[in-house]
Amino acid sequence: MATTRALARLATRRTAVRPAFVSRGFASVTDTHAREPVSKIAEKIVPDKAADVTPESKTSTVKDPHPGKDAKIKTFHIYRWNPDEPSAKPKMQSYTLDLNKTGPMMLDALIRIKNEVDPTLTFRRSCREGICGSCAMNIDGVNTLACLCRIPTDTAKESRIYPLPHMYVVKDLVADMTLFYKQYRSIKPYLQRDTPAPDGREYRQSKADRKKLDGLYECILCACCSTSCPSYWWNQEEYLGPAVLLQSYRWIADSRDERKAERQDALNNSMSLYRCHTILNCSRTCPKGLNPALAIAEIKKSMALS
Amino acid sequence: MARLSGLQRNVLSLYRQCLRAVKEKPRSSQDHFRDFAREQFRKHQHINKKDFGTIEYLLRSGTRKLETWKDPEIKDIHRG
Repeated sequence: MATTRALARLATRRTAVRPAFVSRGFASVTDTHAREPVSKIAEKIVPDKAADVTPESKTSTVKDPHPGKDAKIKTFHIYRWNPDEPSAKPKMQSYTLDLNKTGPMMLDALIRIKNEVDPTLTFRRSCREGICGSCAMNIDGVNTLACLCRIPTDTAKESRIYPLPHMYVVKDLVADMTLFYKQYRSIKPYLQRDTPAPDGREYRQSKADRKKLDGLYECILCACCSTSCPSYWWNQEEYLGPAVLLQSYRWIADSRDERKAERQDALNNSMSLYRCHTILNCSRTCPKGLNPALAIAEIKKSMALS
Repeated sequence: MARLSGLQRNVLSLYRQCLRAVKEKPRSSQDHFRDFAREQFRKHQHINKKDFGTIEYLLRSGTRKLETWKDPEIKDIHRG
């Protein structure tokens, strides 16, 4: 019952009401006031000596080497940690850039810092257009893709960039995704069929069946949603997380797949799926504008009805 | 010997796993692997035993390295 209620709530949100987070533009951070970075708040609540980050006030600021005339100087605070000195604490390093000479996106700023200011800054990037999912990071308290996130032009505000929260850090902004990919592998993300196609050609599906995959196949596995989910933070080992469950539903919903029952069976325990408490952080943060929470609710519904 | 903490036991267990993995390697290169494992542990021997974050990180990366080196395709190891 609770499942269907949650589902109804999700469905109406999607079409009728359209709250602010649905109409929010692709991944850009508009109100940086509203949300402090989660890690920042957590530091205040639980002062953990080992995870202490040296704040930017205690580190040096690296200035833009070639600011232009009437430069628009903006400050970026970036999380730095070097695995080659494992006993050194992580620290926040400040960089200032002239926005007139920098591209519009956060990724442009990071690339400019790496090229012109500090070549030791480490981050993942590839396509710079939001299709590879490499540059997922926590910018001004929101998990998003750096390449889809505009730099807020207000130079009075300073931007803070952290790696994805609650992931082991490999270096600077690079998070360890091993477990995430292992979980993705565990749901068998490929077509499973025993019967050949009736006419010996490709497996066909109707337009209606294809339509069911819209909003699912676009996921690029950037892990923004999973790492924004408190449930996933506390139960990473067992709970699959929104990104992987969205993918799982993508295969459950596929009309060509013949292992629907097995796929559902694999999720039918208290941890894998049912740790989702419809917190909806995943739908709020998704830089591609997808709705993992709806997919999870659909899985729950299909399992309740079968 | 004093009672060991959980973390210390974890480190020793990783070290033992490394030494056992050495025996799976071809006879001629076992010494190289053993020296390598010892060197990796010695390198961080000076770390304060209360520096939990660092030790946990080293344990994680050590386990990862062990998984990599365990591959039977890797027959020998040379240090520069």
